[in-house]
Formats: sequence, structure tokens, C-alpha cells
Amino acid sequence: MRYSGFRVIKEALSGHKGWTPAWRDPEPKPQYDIIIIGGGGHGLATAYYLAKEFSQHRIAVIEKGWIGGGNVGRNTTIIRSNYLLDGNEPFYEFSLKLWEGLEQDFNYNAMVSQRGILNLIHSDAQRDAYIRRGNAMLLNGADAELLSAEQVRREYPFLNFDDARFPIKGGLAQRRGGTVRHDAVAWGYARGADSRGVDIIQNCEVTGFRIENGQCKGVETSRGFIGAGKVGVAVAGNSSRVMAQAGMRLPIESHVLQAFVSEGLKPVLPGVITFGAGHFYCSQSDKGGLVFGGDIDGYNSYAQRGNLPVVEDVIEGGMALFPGLGRVRLLRMWGGVMDMSMDGSPIIDRTHIDGLYFNGGWCYGGFKATPASGWCFAHLLATDTPHPTAAAYRFDRFEKGRMIDEKGMGAQPNLH
Amino acid sequence: MIINHPLLGPCDAQEFTYKGDARLIDRPDGMADGADAAFYNYAYLRDNPAGQHRELWFHEQGDRSWLVVTRNTVTHEITQVELARDVARKSGRSA
Repeated sequence: MRYSGFRVIKEALSGHKGWTPAWRDPEPKPQYDIIIIGGGGHGLATAYYLAKEFSQHRIAVIEKGWIGGGNVGRNTTIIRSNYLLDGNEPFYEFSLKLWEGLEQDFNYNAMVSQRGILNLIHSDAQRDAYIRRGNAMLLNGADAELLSAEQVRREYPFLNFDDARFPIKGGLAQRRGGTVRHDAVAWGYARGADSRGVDIIQNCEVTGFRIENGQCKGVETSRGFIGAGKVGVAVAGNSSRVMAQAGMRLPIESHVLQAFVSEGLKPVLPGVITFGAGHFYCSQSDKGGLVFGGDIDGYNSYAQRGNLPVVEDVIEGGMALFPGLGRVRLLRMWGGVMDMSMDGSPIIDRTHIDGLYFNGGWCYGGFKATPASGWCFAHLLATDTPHPTAAAYRFDRFEKGRMIDEKGMGAQPNLH
Repeated sequence: MIINHPLLGPCDAQEFTYKGDARLIDRPDGMADGADAAFYNYAYLRDNPAGQHRELWFHEQGDRSWLVVTRNTVTHEITQVELARDVARKSGRSA
């Protein structure tokens, strides 16, 4: 069923009796060509593009809980492509271009809102760094705009411009950045994949891989063995646990990242802002809540909840930047489990086991990458060659010294 | 989280800096055959378990000792705290 304005009016006039479930709830078949483990944003996007762009058939997505119940439902919904390094920027710009056409492509309202993202500058050195970053973005076909303090003041008059420690000296704006309704991304991809014949199998946990002579033949699950020609793993947060079942150790630690939302307010924050002197980023949802977050807690965790010191740290950053925040009541806070990789960048690659492919290590930047991650992983699964924009996301880059380390922190995942 | 320091008693985890898996104590021999592979394993690969995890914490805002803390990564419960020095000596790393 295609969704359209006409359809909404027709259903409104006939008591909304014609709507059908957006996807089926099929029983697993004994054998598929391709199985994707993980019914989150990346896994569902992979299945969608496999079916739509790469003409693959007999595809299943296997999810241990319900689809969209992991990090695609727990993030701060920001999209952007303001990266510096060659291995990253073309990929994230590809992703942003896919976001721009996504709703038409999968016929679902994901509320993609290009309200702009602004990285604030607090020192001369930071201005130099952001000019360099902006130039890297322009060279890769993205948009970037350097703003003076006066230009920032016109758009965001309520910020703390004259703070004694961290005065605002300007900003690097990406007008095409913005926010997306995160759950709708999972639902839109699920519906698009399902309508092209992909089986989405929920409540089906993978308990092992069947590997014979170095070849992955399928997966053992809580609902029995399911055979597959190729298996793609897209379970960021739990990558180490799942890949350990195939005997692999990964260059990844799992860490918890907290996010927060305030009570609903009238429109106050026109775009996404990030504090340059601490770690704080904030946008306003369409319901009016201020959605914000900061650093990871900094210790290995699978808990989906964090501790109070980081709450204090995030709020302090927010107050330094945006003093009006102090009058706002916090409504909810939650945590998500991040695959923190050893250089802060993701992995989309084959493994040493034939037929087993891996997508993970997204750190806390996975949401914005969802469309390109799905596309590039589908490209790899369908053609056995990496997509040009994701060719640097190799497993062996740590061994070969080809790290993509945006923050220059080295092999200390809690610092990326 | 409260870390029960073997010498100082209960301390707020905020006083500590986190390093990671306690296996980082077992630094490979850089002169041995196959040292490059051993260092790749040492520096980059992790078990990253969901459950019991032995890990290094540095008491940066306190007595600057290194501790090996056994903590559950699902519940954040801490069950054992040792001086990293004792752990290293027991495994024969230093006199």
C-alpha cells in the first residue's frame, strides 16, 4: 500500500478501516540467500537496499527483540556530514545525500528536517581547525559556512556569547544538516524491505554460527537453524558478543552513552547546536522537547543506563553555553550501548570466514550514517567488493596502520 | 559507582580514570618473534564481555595507584578490587 495525502483523506472518510500492517510477521524459512542479523536502522537499511538497488532475493532480517528497539530508537536524531578525514567525509556526505531523498524513496514520512547544524567556535585555534574542516567538507562536495560571532548572534541570540572562559567567537554551519524522526527511519526501511519480499523475523536471537571449512552456512537461532549463502552482522552495541560466537575478537569496546529530553517548549532552538569547549549538543524536537547529550560514561558497559557524574558534566556544558536551559525541567534520560572502535571510525568489511560479513564500530555516530551504511553494506554483500565511499572501513586498518582517527586519540576507545 | 580501594576504602569512581581491560598489564615482549602480531592483539583487540570484566582504573585524584577492578558490565556491580601492582607481581611481571 502506498501512502499519500489522497490515501489519508480517503481513509479519513471511510473510518480508517483500510489501513493494513506496515510489514508482515513471517515464520523463518529453512534457507535464505542473505541473512542480516540485527533489525535496527543499519540492518533494515541493508535489507532494503539489497532488495531495491542490488536486485537480491530471498533475504531475511533476524532480530532478537523488536525492530528499532536498539540504538536507532535511543539516539539524538542528528544528521550531518561535517567530518575532516578522507576516509570519512565522502561516506557521510553520501549518507546525507541519501537522507535528502529518503522519504520519497521509501514512501514514508521520516520527518527529515534540514534545519542546519552549527558547531560553535570559542578560540582562534578552534577557528583555524574549523576552517580546515570546512574546506575538507567543501572539497568533498558537502556544504560548509563559516559564521562570525555577529552572524551566530543573529540566529541564536540566547547563547552565552560573553562567557569569561568560553566566549563564542563564531561557528561552522552546515545548513543541510538537521534532524530526523529516528523511529520512522527503522519503520520506513522495514516497510520498504518487507514490501520487496524481505522476511523480517523478530524475537529470534542468534545463538551461534554454523561454520564448515571456513565457510559460514547459516545461523543457529532461538527458533532453530536458518541456512544462508551469506550472513551480514549489523548489531552495533553487541558486535563483540555476536562475533565471539564466530570465534572473533574485535577492535571494539562497548560503552554507554546517555541522552536527555526536556519538557516540551515553544520553538526556541531553530537548528542543532554543538558546544565547542565541552561536549554538549542540542536540538529541539518537533514536539518541543530539547534533545541533548554529551560524552560517553567512559567505562565498558552493556547496561543501557549511565551514572550521575556524566549527567552533571552534560548539564554543566549545557549551562555554560545556554544559560536559559537552567529554567527547563528534564523529562527523560536514557542510555544506549555504543560500539566504540579503536580509532573512532566504523568497520564495513568481509571477515576471514567466507560468507560472513560485518558492519559495526559506529561509536556514537551511527544514526546519521544509517542510509549510507545500509547501502554500502548491501553493496559489499551483493558484489563482494566495498563501495567506493566505504573502502577505508577495513578490519585490517589497525594492523596496517591506516587508522581513520578524527580525534587523534589512538587505541583508547573511551576518548573518541 | 563506588570503588572500594584496598588501601583507602570506598572512593567515588569520579576520582578515577578508566583505562580498560586488565589484560593490558600483560604487555608482550617487543623483541620476541611475531611481536608485531602480538602487539596488534594487545593494542587493538578486546574480549569486551557482557558480564564480569577485569579492568584497570587509575586513582588519578587520589593516591595515584592503579587498581584491577572486577565489575559486571551489565549491572555495574563491583565484586573485587585489587592493587594492579599485586596482580602484576603474582603473574611474574615485576619483582
